[in-house]
Amino acid sequence: MPLLTQRIPDENDYCLVASLDNVRNLSTILKAIHFREHATCFATKNGIKVTVENAKCVQANAFIQAGIFQEFRVQEESVTFRINLTVLLDCLSIFGSSPVPVFVSIAGTFTALRMCYQGYGYPLMLFLEEGGVVTVCKINTQEPEETLDFDFCSTNVINKIILQSEGLREAFSELDMTSEVLQITMSPDKPYFRLSTFGNAGSSHLDYPKDSDLMELFHCNETQVNRYKISLLKPSTKALVLSCKVSIRTDNRGFLSLQYMIRNEDGQICFVEYYCCPDEEVPDS
Amino acid sequence: MKCLVTGSNVKVLGKAVHSLSRIGDELYLEPLEDGLSLRTVNSSRSAYACFLFAPLFFQQYQAATPGQDQLRCKILMKSFLSVFRSLAMLEKTVEKCCISLNDRSSRLVVQLHCKYGVRKTHNLSFQDCESLQAVFDPALCPHVLRAPARVLVEAVLPFPPALAEVTLGIGHGRRVILRSYQEEEAEPGFLLLLSPPDSAIKAMVTEMSIGEEDFQQLQAQEGVAITFCLKEFRVRFLPCTHCPVHLSSLPSLHALLLPCQGLLSFAESANLSLSIHFDAPGRPAIFAIEDSLLDGHFVLATLSESDSHPQTLHAQEELQRPEPGPQAHSTPHLDLDDFAVDDMDSYMIAMETTTGSEGSRALPSISLSPGLQRPCSSSPHSEEEDDDMEPSTVPGTPPPKKFRSLFFGSILAPAHSPQGPSPVLAEDSEGEG
Repeated sequence: MPLLTQRIPDENDYCLVASLDNVRNLSTILKAIHFREHATCFATKNGIKVTVENAKCVQANAFIQAGIFQEFRVQEESVTFRINLTVLLDCLSIFGSSPVPVFVSIAGTFTALRMCYQGYGYPLMLFLEEGGVVTVCKINTQEPEETLDFDFCSTNVINKIILQSEGLREAFSELDMTSEVLQITMSPDKPYFRLSTFGNAGSSHLDYPKDSDLMELFHCNETQVNRYKISLLKPSTKALVLSCKVSIRTDNRGFLSLQYMIRNEDGQICFVEYYCCPDEEVPDS
Repeated sequence: MKCLVTGSNVKVLGKAVHSLSRIGDELYLEPLEDGLSLRTVNSSRSAYACFLFAPLFFQQYQAATPGQDQLRCKILMKSFLSVFRSLAMLEKTVEKCCISLNDRSSRLVVQLHCKYGVRKTHNLSFQDCESLQAVFDPALCPHVLRAPARVLVEAVLPFPPALAEVTLGIGHGRRVILRSYQEEEAEPGFLLLLSPPDSAIKAMVTEMSIGEEDFQQLQAQEGVAITFCLKEFRVRFLPCTHCPVHLSSLPSLHALLLPCQGLLSFAESANLSLSIHFDAPGRPAIFAIEDSLLDGHFVLATLSESDSHPQTLHAQEELQRPEPGPQAHSTPHLDLDDFAVDDMDSYMIAMETTTGSEGSRALPSISLSPGLQRPCSSSPHSEEEDDDMEPSTVPGTPPPKKFRSLFFGSILAPAHSPQGPSPVLAEDSEGEG
């Protein structure tokens, strides 16, 4: 059994090796999709994609491109494993997760990470180092599961809006959770972009004009009114809070794609993406 | 009805809603010719609050659409509050707020126009209702205290938030004194008549003394005292035994002050003065703020002490006799404490049961009328029988205190007389328990 293996593996035995000077560049992104216990990881030479799904209706993907890592080697075409995301995040923040105060922010106060994976059936090895103290974590990996293919193709996109996240943050944090759905209206005409909830107290609408300073891009071709389960979309608030911009797209089937642009502590850009299928057909009014 | 609020007034409106939300679960909104009135009453109908925003408060104010009847409505406080939930956000992003009440759509529409052209529209469902109006008249209250809210807020600030009660009284030289209240005091303080229900002895006594000059109006005799329950936001007015001369002539009333904090913080943010009007026991106490654009009144039912059960009356008579010293009345004092607490609790229950049949339905008017009667409850009766078996306890001691009495009765009875210093020990032990 792999866990009982006595031989210390050679560097070349690992099909995945990744090193990071500041582990928070990884953990922050992973927290943005942490709404379920388990995640599936895909590593290719371009980087790692971590996928979390819920109710076969919503999928979140975090992309950590190879350039984020100081060292990134993948021996095979692609490496796939499933892992307990909660445990992984706990391990990554084993030296604490709060930002280092500025006055002690000298080299070496970041937690550095070396992540190795030997292959199918082996645990994911994490070597975390801070101030000369090294912690080794072995997290058992699981059989990878088939992930959903939302078949969200940019050629089928009907409406697309890019907003500064600031404008959406408050709206999402104040969503009336007594409403079952969040209705998103995107239209080339008024109301342009509208978020609506229908709760116990009544309905509320949040309208963004297309010429608002928050609006970076407004490409709406036809009026679409779609409803999404609010309980499925609410977790995306985690990504929204971290992001600086968000792209909102809907395709011809009413599927929703939310892409969050997140800037990490080193100023690099990462992306987190949420796909959600619509709740039900809304009759055109 | 349609009104438009702009600029910083949006936050003022928001704050008013926040302070109302500390009292009731339903908000009565009534557009009147002399302004927009927001009112609420708590579930036990012992506290009532209203704000009236004058037409000048608004950029635009129209009480009724021409040719339409005046509407009034009742909405869930929670849903109205959700519109104004984040005061910081209101200040930062909201530029104007438009409230309209439309009979046709039967929705109360609150529209917030925010920065970047973002517009939030809340369509709140409402119920038709009668006008909610408490019967009160501050002019009829003989005692008035008025001070800038800042003075009162600052005076309350040093008191630990966990502290149950604070005594506000008029001391010698007409200084207004605020002191953390303790049931047992080494020297006779303001309050020998009452004790807080959770009479945990605090290791520290905080006292603030404010000179008469800080008050804009101080129309009350020396010796009048009020005890606020900071934690539960209750206030009691009662006579000060420190000045026995005044005792019989002074008002002695216990008020339940729920919303003090809410109104206080509102008044402070609006830089207003708060006046406190109060009268004899059982008469409502009125907390009022006024300015040219708005006024606010919080009316609180008070407990009538003189109407309560015979034991209390009897005890009062005891106290009203000239007292040789603090040590001489330690036992009656304790009993008094117990009775007062009993009163308070039964009072709360009485309020709930008497209004229970009315439920949460809108009443044409509520009257926080004087002389709330203490209900004849049967449970103290059975306690009496139990207590009779204990030589050191007194009939009528309510259950929460009975434990203490029993406990110390059994320990101390053989060795000490109950009139000794034992009550102090009793307090300590209860504080820990």
